[in-house]
Amino acid sequence: MPVIKPQQLQPRYDAIVIGSGAAGGQSAYTLTMEGAKVLMLEAGRHYDAVQETPMFQTNRQAPLRGTDTPDKPFGFYDATVGGGWQVPGEPYTQASDDPQKQFWWWRSRMLGGRTNHWSRVALRNGPYDFKPRTRDGLGFDWPIAYDDVHAYYDKVELLIGVYGTNEGIENVPHSSPGVLHDPPKPRVGELLVRERGKKLGLPVVPAHRAVMTRRLDPATLPQRLHPGNARAQKILAEDIQSRAACFWATPCGRGCSIRATYQSTTVHLPPALATGNLDLLPDAMVREITVDGSGRATGVVFIDKQTGTEYRVVGRTVILGAGSCESVRLLLNSRSARHPQGLGNSSGRLGRYVMDTVGGGFGGQIPLLENMPAHNEDGAGGAHMYIPWWLCQEQLAGKLGFARGYHVEFRTGRGEPTVNTGANLEWLTGGSYGKKFKEDARRYFGSFVSFAGRGEMIPNEKSFCEIDPVVKDKWGIPVLRFHWEWSEHETRQAAHMERTFADLIAAMGGRPRSQPTTDGARAIKPGGSIIHEVGGAMMGAEAASSVTNAWGQLWDSPNVIVADGAVFASNPDKNPTLTIMALAWRAADHLLEEMKQGRHA
Amino acid sequence: MNSPLRNSIDRRTALKWVAAALSLPLLRGVVQGNPVAPATTGGYGLDPNLVDPSGAALWPRTFTPAQRATAAALCDVIIPADDRSPSASAVGVPDFLDEWISAPYPEQQTDQALLLPGLAWLDGEAGRRFGRKFTALDAAQQSALCDDIRLVSAAAPEFKEAARFFKRFRDLTAGGFYTTPEGHKDIGYVGNMPLAEFAGPPRDALAKAGLV
Repeated sequence: MPVIKPQQLQPRYDAIVIGSGAAGGQSAYTLTMEGAKVLMLEAGRHYDAVQETPMFQTNRQAPLRGTDTPDKPFGFYDATVGGGWQVPGEPYTQASDDPQKQFWWWRSRMLGGRTNHWSRVALRNGPYDFKPRTRDGLGFDWPIAYDDVHAYYDKVELLIGVYGTNEGIENVPHSSPGVLHDPPKPRVGELLVRERGKKLGLPVVPAHRAVMTRRLDPATLPQRLHPGNARAQKILAEDIQSRAACFWATPCGRGCSIRATYQSTTVHLPPALATGNLDLLPDAMVREITVDGSGRATGVVFIDKQTGTEYRVVGRTVILGAGSCESVRLLLNSRSARHPQGLGNSSGRLGRYVMDTVGGGFGGQIPLLENMPAHNEDGAGGAHMYIPWWLCQEQLAGKLGFARGYHVEFRTGRGEPTVNTGANLEWLTGGSYGKKFKEDARRYFGSFVSFAGRGEMIPNEKSFCEIDPVVKDKWGIPVLRFHWEWSEHETRQAAHMERTFADLIAAMGGRPRSQPTTDGARAIKPGGSIIHEVGGAMMGAEAASSVTNAWGQLWDSPNVIVADGAVFASNPDKNPTLTIMALAWRAADHLLEEMKQGRHA
Repeated sequence: MNSPLRNSIDRRTALKWVAAALSLPLLRGVVQGNPVAPATTGGYGLDPNLVDPSGAALWPRTFTPAQRATAAALCDVIIPADDRSPSASAVGVPDFLDEWISAPYPEQQTDQALLLPGLAWLDGEAGRRFGRKFTALDAAQQSALCDDIRLVSAAAPEFKEAARFFKRFRDLTAGGFYTTPEGHKDIGYVGNMPLAEFAGPPRDALAKAGLV
């Protein structure tokens, strides 16, 4: 059972997994390793990271020196193929003409989805993050607590490989002993941020990123992840021997052909395929989940994008990992006599409480980093250090003017020159040209720092998606229409970010690129633009006020599992990917247990 | 195609966002991308060959021979040869500029609308002041002209637009130059090399930043 064509479909599967990213990949991995027969449907094309990743190609070799364009919004070499803010023929709409009330929707139509290009920042939600309403009265509590997920965070980190350290910071959980890989040595600019940040009370500590800094151990890891399952152990032991540790070159956003970082395509899918239990069908756009007279899901209807032909396939269970809003869209479009408002929508909450991350950014120039001796700062292809949220107590005491917090990602150093290297220097050079300009370019190369705040958004009534009553995509499937609004909790947080970053730049003896704004509505990035879209099919303790139970099962149809970020009841500052995987593994374990008991027959 | 962002965000706002995104070194993968909707024709598309990108830049070029000559001369005023590296034109920057302004994307089209009139202005101004084309000026004459447009905020009102041209031309010349192997060597970029171990900063770098 490998990558198949529609003609090769089996008559029936134990599970049909829709989507192949963090949620779909983890679900398929867990289920196939335990012997379940799984069909994975991916709306984008097949993609082979080992063959297709541009590992050492330089910007000089790319069109337009690799700069971002509307075709490749994160630059030419970004791993995303066939996706972006717009997907040809597959539109979405906005309820408002006001840019502040619009949602940017990133879709990655390819095998592995967004996991191919993500930042690899892999943070655990903390205990407060699962019970935010209990803590401050806002938003919703999850029906689970940190302790329910701790073991799954360990398992995911062990499987994918995450570098970082346990630092004892409030609401930043520790990984179990032996789980984390050693972090890479900090770059000089990162050390300077650490030294000067300390004076402001900011904990600058090793980042947690899904990058292996050592090989995985085939003698111990498989047994730890799959106790009592000799076949799974053997498959995993073989697979991880072909995953290399980071060799300190090429940015992770291009993907990783040596499989040192986490991508679904390099970590989850190879062992899942090796089990023989996975059929993988790319270019399959699911239109609808089908149900029987009792309202139980029976399978799906999908369109083969290669031919436009529609197919039906039968499954005992359906697992949604299409990406939060795409999963919601599919449920809303799956209307039947038993589910007239869409499958799983008896609470009326399907599509409600869509969240993104609060994003803010600010940069400056640091004289102490000028004229650095040339040295290689490529490192792990991303951040080595970060700043976890440090004001839990001030926040609890209501001293900040906004609830919830943010962490800080930042970049310094002498990365590969881009089309912007040497550009926009006149605020420092007075507009030099000629030999003086060449001296200036050498002087200032690598002397910039940019800070990015990544903060928690509280779910609100005005941020949601619904089916557009008119517009359909090229497959005839009704599209989503977005509503969006930030509250003052988010905009004030974004203003706080700018102030903090300006203070940090000053503490480093630097010059800010501009004056920080106190207007949070200007400081905040557009909704959706951070690509941490979660919510829309929130999990909860009661069917009346949530879409799924604590295992991601639809209250209305428990053989449908929402495995992706749509189930998030809050969107902590921790970046969603690691939590999506931990919850997907947990949901799959629960499903396997139920299937063993004869349920979902 | 329905393109809500293109329909509802005016071009000025979109370009402002692009400019804001470009003004900082990119924090790869976490800073916002480009909100402008995809070009429908003529670009390299959403799925170009990333491993062998050589065939991707297919759009026809724009420069006339005269425009190319003026661009090459101005490139070399901005980045002349010195003891560390060759001049911008010696490493193909005029070709890059032509590729850039010829691309069908909004940012590059905006640059074309700035750069081509700018090059024409440069030759016209050289003619008015010195009676010959920019390419035929000597170094002192080229400097006299460029000094008037080197900085937008300091330029006289009649030179403001030309200064905006010069600023963008310099930015692109620099980007074109420092992305070449010769540019890497000049500016001290020594990465893109697989290593068994990441050693961290050398002692002299730490000393420079006051960290030892």
